[in-house]
Amino acid sequence: MSVSAVSVRQVSKTFASARQPVHALREVSLDIEAGEFFGLLGPNGAGKTTLISCMAGLCRQDAGDIRILGHDTRSAYRLARRALGVVPQELVFDPFFSVREILRLQSGYFGIKKNDAWIDELLSELDLSDKADHSMRSLSGGMKRRVLVAQALVHRPPVMILDEPTAGVDVGLRQGLWQFIRRLNRDGHTIILTTHYLEEAEALCGRLALMRSGQICALEKTETLIRQFAKHRLTVRLAEGGCLPSMLAASAEALPELQRTWQWTLDELAEIESVLAALRESGCRLEDMSIAPPDLETAFLKFMDNGAGAAA
Amino acid sequence: MTEFLTLLRKELLRFWKVGFQTVCAPVLTALLYLMIFSQVLDNHVLVHGVRYTAFLIPGLVMMSVLQNAFANSSSSLIQSKITGNLVFVLLTPISNLQFFVAYLLAATIRGAVVGSGVLLATCWVGGLNLAEPLWIIVFTVLGGALMGALGLIAGMWAEKFDQLAAFQNFLILPLTMLSGVFYSVQSLPAFWQELSRMNPLFYLIDGFRFGFFAVSDASPWLSFGVALGFTAAIGLLSFILLVRGYKLRT
Repeated sequence: MSVSAVSVRQVSKTFASARQPVHALREVSLDIEAGEFFGLLGPNGAGKTTLISCMAGLCRQDAGDIRILGHDTRSAYRLARRALGVVPQELVFDPFFSVREILRLQSGYFGIKKNDAWIDELLSELDLSDKADHSMRSLSGGMKRRVLVAQALVHRPPVMILDEPTAGVDVGLRQGLWQFIRRLNRDGHTIILTTHYLEEAEALCGRLALMRSGQICALEKTETLIRQFAKHRLTVRLAEGGCLPSMLAASAEALPELQRTWQWTLDELAEIESVLAALRESGCRLEDMSIAPPDLETAFLKFMDNGAGAAA
Repeated sequence: MTEFLTLLRKELLRFWKVGFQTVCAPVLTALLYLMIFSQVLDNHVLVHGVRYTAFLIPGLVMMSVLQNAFANSSSSLIQSKITGNLVFVLLTPISNLQFFVAYLLAATIRGAVVGSGVLLATCWVGGLNLAEPLWIIVFTVLGGALMGALGLIAGMWAEKFDQLAAFQNFLILPLTMLSGVFYSVQSLPAFWQELSRMNPLFYLIDGFRFGFFAVSDASPWLSFGVALGFTAAIGLLSFILLVRGYKLRT
């Protein structure tokens, strides 16, 4: 039987608070297989960062077990941490050192004495070669973010956690970063991603867990989740003076931010024809029309709005 | 071992890179103390038969060792906590023992470097002997380790620089200043003598001074026992807090 990259079993964590205890994680269980590109999504306060912190040993769960490649994060924490690379959410850095010094130190913390060849490769891949001897203080936010990625990768961990890695990174750098992360995934690294950019999660992650109030309330392949909770949407904008026929009014949703624009959620693509036919028969002229495929953002919002799904 | 050596190296580099502030400044402070007190008292006071200025130097050296060892571990830890970069150590396979020893050793080394600087800057005064050099080394190591461990506790406990400053100014500074750096406790009234003997730093300074002049207020073996006991106790407490992840791991 193959070992999961990450195995989380019945993990609970409660933080003491002056008013009332905060149940950050409630009996969370999940398995992430080796080589997966896995997304952990949820609104702020859902428990994503707490779960990641427990995996990384920054936070100690009150109950349950977490294993990284079969190594328990408490009883075999050294092996578990060797297998894991974490890009933290906050833009943190040590102001005393240059980029290269930081990467050498980080290598040493993992017991690696000579690592300059891999450090140079990382710097090159992350477009940081010309900043290698610069102090961290002198780098822009996007560069600091890329140094965090390099730090997480410096010991070549088989499992990598990226906690909102593209927050504050411009589009060009973001694309470059994802190309690099995708290549790592193709090379066999397991990637666990949390992000609020759902289009990124949709494009990258093969499987998703949706978290809410410290629980995993959906755990599905990305396409299954989208199919389950989102549908094609037909949007039409009528020409000046056009009025929606009464027979279509019940099924259409007006988009208040746009004038004379209505939207239909379609169970089947064939429904487009009946909508267009009704518009044609009523003499409505169209100014614009679009068909949007089901997407993760719609599925996510619907899932969260409906309060759907019991803990998976 | 590489993990431990890297953390130690990083802790040493951290203070060495700002050596003007962490080494030169405390040496200058000690030198100013010496100049002022020696001007005022050197011609009037003999302590245990030793010229006052010569008597003062080991006290200033040990005070520098103690204060700087404390400053090293406490400031490193709180800075890393507040800026968040401590995460880069906490995420690694470095064990609690490696973490503990690296911080303590770095604190001791900084204390010894500053202490050596003070000694070099003040030895021109003359009158210093090296009667029992082994005691000098023993008390330097014990003092550095004790204050390094205390700095670890303070660094873990404090959540902002203000709290660390309070720890430093209202506990460490009085304990060092009132430990016999500037005087022999035998010159104090009985009550203050007794109170001074309850201060563990008194034994560190007294024992350290014995290493230079072979005279002291307390037996060097008593000082060694007390210093060793306190170092072990504070070291154990800080290690337990570290293992529990006190204010480091939520």
